[in-house]
Amino acid sequence: MIRFEDVTKRYADGTVAVDDLSLEVPRGGITVLVGPSGCGKTTSLRMINRMVEPTSGRILLEGEDISQRPAAQLRRHIGYVIQHAGLFPHRTVLANVMTVPRLLGWDRGKARAAAIEAIEKVGLTQDQAKRYPAQLSGGQQQRVGVARALAGDPTVVLMDEPFSAVDPIVRGDLQAEVRRLQQDLGITIVMVTHDIDEALTLGDKIAVMGYGGHLAQFASPAELLAEPADDFVADFVGKDRGYRALSFAAPDVAVRPERTVRVGENVAAGSGWVLVADDEGMPQGWVDVAGWGGPVPAEKVRRFGTVAEAGASARTLLDAALSSPSGRGVVVEDGHLVGTVTADQVLAAMRREGHVATPPGSPEEAP
Amino acid sequence: MIGQTFQWLLDPANWTGQGGILAQSLAHLRYSFLALLAAAAVAVPIGLWVGHTGRLRWLAVNLTGAFRAIPSLGVLFIAVLLLLPRLRGEWAYEAPALIVLVLLAIPPILSGTYAGVQATDPAARDAARGMGMTGAQVLRQVEVPGALPLIMSGLRSAMLQIIGTATIAAIVGLGGLGRFLIDGQASRDYAMMAGGSIAVAALALLVDQVLALVQRAAVSPGLRHASAG
Repeated sequence: MIRFEDVTKRYADGTVAVDDLSLEVPRGGITVLVGPSGCGKTTSLRMINRMVEPTSGRILLEGEDISQRPAAQLRRHIGYVIQHAGLFPHRTVLANVMTVPRLLGWDRGKARAAAIEAIEKVGLTQDQAKRYPAQLSGGQQQRVGVARALAGDPTVVLMDEPFSAVDPIVRGDLQAEVRRLQQDLGITIVMVTHDIDEALTLGDKIAVMGYGGHLAQFASPAELLAEPADDFVADFVGKDRGYRALSFAAPDVAVRPERTVRVGENVAAGSGWVLVADDEGMPQGWVDVAGWGGPVPAEKVRRFGTVAEAGASARTLLDAALSSPSGRGVVVEDGHLVGTVTADQVLAAMRREGHVATPPGSPEEAP
Repeated sequence: MIGQTFQWLLDPANWTGQGGILAQSLAHLRYSFLALLAAAAVAVPIGLWVGHTGRLRWLAVNLTGAFRAIPSLGVLFIAVLLLLPRLRGEWAYEAPALIVLVLLAIPPILSGTYAGVQATDPAARDAARGMGMTGAQVLRQVEVPGALPLIMSGLRSAMLQIIGTATIAAIVGLGGLGRFLIDGQASRDYAMMAGGSIAVAALALLVDQVLALVQRAAVSPGLRHASAG
């Protein structure tokens, strides 16, 4: 739906920011432009709303050449979120979010209603809507930035490094929020980031751009990790891309049923690690029944590390197994215990399904 | 001396009547506001343009400095010499006096305005353009409201200088609080001179306070928060 056709941006001093870019951003979903600084990713993004004009080539939005539309008018229909939010300090949050609806010529009442809806969508309160940007935290300001981009009901939203100025915890929240908003509203998001982890977490499609503004690879996160097009992409995707790829494999692991006991229940000595659950059957932790037997004391129960939902990715399943003191990862579904898996089981399932190659001479190499 | 000055200031006879402190204050204010308006009419649009486009900034900076160095009295005499044969009646004297005051007021207003516009957060400006504001909309909706604190302080400092300097209108025979200084000197009435000076200072402070109230009403509370914390 957004199509770059042989787009080049060359500045007057001869620097090439974007080199013959051809790319089709699919409708719906999140497309991420990622690359080192100076690779032309921001320039490419800003050409979509004509903040930068290409030197040659053209960009089509829904089949229509964007250079044919007045720039200001085009931009009012495309959401725009930038790194430092860029809120107007003299306007309240509400008035900030009303900006695009007002530019679109909506009357005050309609603009206000749209702004309030957008503010609620991003998880801010009516009370916060009355404040001024300086009274909000960085993360809240960025939420306002997102609300402001959504208030005019755009089908396309551009985000330029939207979360790089906020701290990691807030960043995680905002990423989840953007993912949720994209799904709820069915919008197309084009996002620029220099952070490959953010690209892999959020992107449905990722365009890796290299030095000199050329497109190195355009693929899904799983493809990118499994088959990087060249050394540059392989390098950029990173050293632990084997681990990262685990996020995109969901092997069919046979979950083993796990016996549970309650606090105070009798256990036989030498039972090893036993899973403790509450009255509703929810797992509470592990208890090591080695040199003792009898009723389970509450203070001996250890937390079980991470928990995987049934059908989770290999990464989540492995993490549950590796972080469990018993070596058995707890798998739950809708708040109920399904059973446990071991790291060996996860790896075996991955070998079986071809996610992991079987080295010659290993015991799993079936004749 | 101090006693005599107070005596002069407290004598009701000096306050009322045609040449009294009240009447001269009004005359003084009239020149001052006329000069401020004329200076703002010139300096604010130029400042907005320079700040918005970033063009000719060097000219604005140098001009501002050069204007500040102009000797007021010199300009007054040149203006009188040039304009006297060309204008009739009161205007022949008022115009030169106003020219001096306007020239004096332009630098602080101009530099306040362009500095204010230029200080707009680049991210806010980028967001404004990216959301589809035209250049004029960016100026009106983002840059001017953000620049208001600096524009207002430019106007206030210009006004202080105007009120202080408007005393020179008396040199060419016009009214205003400068009369007390010139006439006091002529008749060696030092209490009158000192009293007149105090009246000028008091008027300047009073007007500044009024403008401070205007500033408070005009500037968004969002910007106050920003400067406070």
